[in-house]
Amino acid sequence: MSVTRERPPIVEEPGSDPFVASSRRRRAIGDRIFSSTALAAGLTILIALAAVFIFLISQGARGFHADPEVYQPAANNFFSYAAKLLFGTALSSLLAMIIAVPFAIGLALFISHYAPRRIAVPVAYVIDILAAVPSVIYGLWGARTLAPASHGLQTWLNAHLGWIPLFGGQISATGRTMLIAAIVLAIMVLPISTAICREVFQRTPKLLEEAALGLGATRWEMIRYAVFPHARSGMVAGMMLGLGRALGETMAVAMVLSASPQVTFKLLTSDNPATIASNIAANYQAEDVRIQTVLIATGLVLFVFTFLVNFVARAIVARSERRFA
Amino acid sequence: MKFKRIIIPALFAATVGLAACGGNDASGGASPSGSAPADSASSPAASSPAAELSGKIAAGGSSAQQVAQQVWRAGFSQTNGGVTITYDPVGSGDGQKNFVSGAYKFAGSDSAMDDATVAQAKSQCGGDPIEFPVYISPIAVAFHLEGVTSLNLDANTVAKIFAGKITKWNDPAITQLNPGVNLPSTAISPVHRSDSSGTTFNFTDYLSKAAPKSWTKPANTDWPTTKGESAEGTSGVVGAAQGGNGTIAYIDDSGVHGTKLSVAKIKVGSKFVAPTAAGAAAALESSKQISGTPASILTYDLNRTTTDPSEYPIFMASNEIACQSYSDPSTTAIVKAWLTYIISENGQKAAAANAYSAPLPSTVAAKEQAIIDQMG
Repeated sequence: MSVTRERPPIVEEPGSDPFVASSRRRRAIGDRIFSSTALAAGLTILIALAAVFIFLISQGARGFHADPEVYQPAANNFFSYAAKLLFGTALSSLLAMIIAVPFAIGLALFISHYAPRRIAVPVAYVIDILAAVPSVIYGLWGARTLAPASHGLQTWLNAHLGWIPLFGGQISATGRTMLIAAIVLAIMVLPISTAICREVFQRTPKLLEEAALGLGATRWEMIRYAVFPHARSGMVAGMMLGLGRALGETMAVAMVLSASPQVTFKLLTSDNPATIASNIAANYQAEDVRIQTVLIATGLVLFVFTFLVNFVARAIVARSERRFA
Repeated sequence: MKFKRIIIPALFAATVGLAACGGNDASGGASPSGSAPADSASSPAASSPAAELSGKIAAGGSSAQQVAQQVWRAGFSQTNGGVTITYDPVGSGDGQKNFVSGAYKFAGSDSAMDDATVAQAKSQCGGDPIEFPVYISPIAVAFHLEGVTSLNLDANTVAKIFAGKITKWNDPAITQLNPGVNLPSTAISPVHRSDSSGTTFNFTDYLSKAAPKSWTKPANTDWPTTKGESAEGTSGVVGAAQGGNGTIAYIDDSGVHGTKLSVAKIKVGSKFVAPTAAGAAAALESSKQISGTPASILTYDLNRTTTDPSEYPIFMASNEIACQSYSDPSTTAIVKAWLTYIISENGQKAAAANAYSAPLPSTVAAKEQAIIDQMG
């Protein structure tokens, strides 16, 4: 008790000390500026998203019921037109993710847990550079170099695995097929997914890893039981960002793929399903301007679809995290 | 925490949905064109046409005319330094739309305006609009087949190839037209445009008129089926055709130069004719003028079925659309000078040298000059 009395009253009467007062005021102003900037940034994103949505609805509304001839020859009404395009979008993205995901996880693990530092750093750097290559360059490369060069591989697949419907049919002479489009998309998806997986892998607590190793786990077991569970939601986030890029990719697909709105699972023929984004790019300047509202309406379909995919993925992660906990 | 992950997007979706319902009609008449609403010439120069012209003109439309328009702009600015003309290659459809709305002072279009558009243009111009061909370009049927560089085809065979009825290069229909040429059994891959295109329109127009039995679909700017190899733009088609063996494609003649594609000769009458500028111009000259149009509109029913071997029937004739007079007299003077220049021998020669187009036949150019003389 006596100690308290002996204390000088600085803390209890802050108003009397000009330094403390001004520092408090400063902190209050700084806090307010920061929190309002953060709020503004958050709101801007929501407003931008809402504005895009309103634009798609208001401009695309008429596209839902245009004259049948506008949708021809691909379809007779909007729903079959959009469904065919959505099929192409989903198929190309799914194939791209099937190719990219194992690579992305493997590469990220290599960089975070396997490679010695002097190799890991340059490899990580090179993969990040891949993300900086513009998609039109991937498109040119895919259409002009990869497609003709892969003709031999595609012929081989067709000859030896043609009994699987995926690889059957009359093979494309130019190589501009769904398989090549998916490979190009996978390469474009890779850097973004790898970078995020790498970051979350590196953030696994060292104690957990060392505990696993100390219990006699091999390195793979340590990764399986300590790293993956810890990184699960980050991995899904990385894949979702990659998938977002694949779903919306326009130029590369438009240049590589020989496509029109249709449903086919054959990966090596000249008849390939177009994606929503590439179809918009190819047809927006059409002579028949009525197609434009239809294309905007398909953009709305893509918007909603991407939203749903993200939504479902988040729900799955949330559920698996709950189970894990 | 886990709950929020689901709740927040759901709430957001609901809010956006509501916002969309409320604010639907707010953003009604947004213009699709980003270009400035054109023009505003300095009026003092307008009174006498001999005076130095100056001002800004916004135009656009057919992307086929893009190179020619660049050449013409360069040539026109040599004598009219004060005039700035911009040409947006937005496509023929948007070109017509923006002309009718007044955003473009003139437009390039691969197809003639339909009656409804003419009526709209008439009310925008306050009189009959001008429309006539300024850019003629032969369309080549080009192919890439190892070991073969020369090929003769007729309309029926071309139609059957592109319709997918002839699928091998050594089909009797082809070998019969090419005695002495060793054709392999390679599969034929016809390549078409995936985007909407005046080239497709003119090619399918040719097929439907010259080979009506083998090609039953009407002319269209979009390829009529979803089957077959497709690629975007002239450069995309060239790239695809070069990238494969056994490909065949229809390509603007200007796009074939400098590639490793070979050009097929097309049977006209009793001879096989390669695409040439002169051949396309001659075919336009022998085409019938579409009757019943106002005097300021000069459009042709292109002659696809010619039997004169000096003519080449697969070509496009791209039009210029303009008003006879504008509310601002200086704009009228500029457009008049511009049209006079592009159909002049110099203008047409410059386009021919740089865009591989065909110079207008002198008889057609004279008719167009008569229309221009009525302007003002």
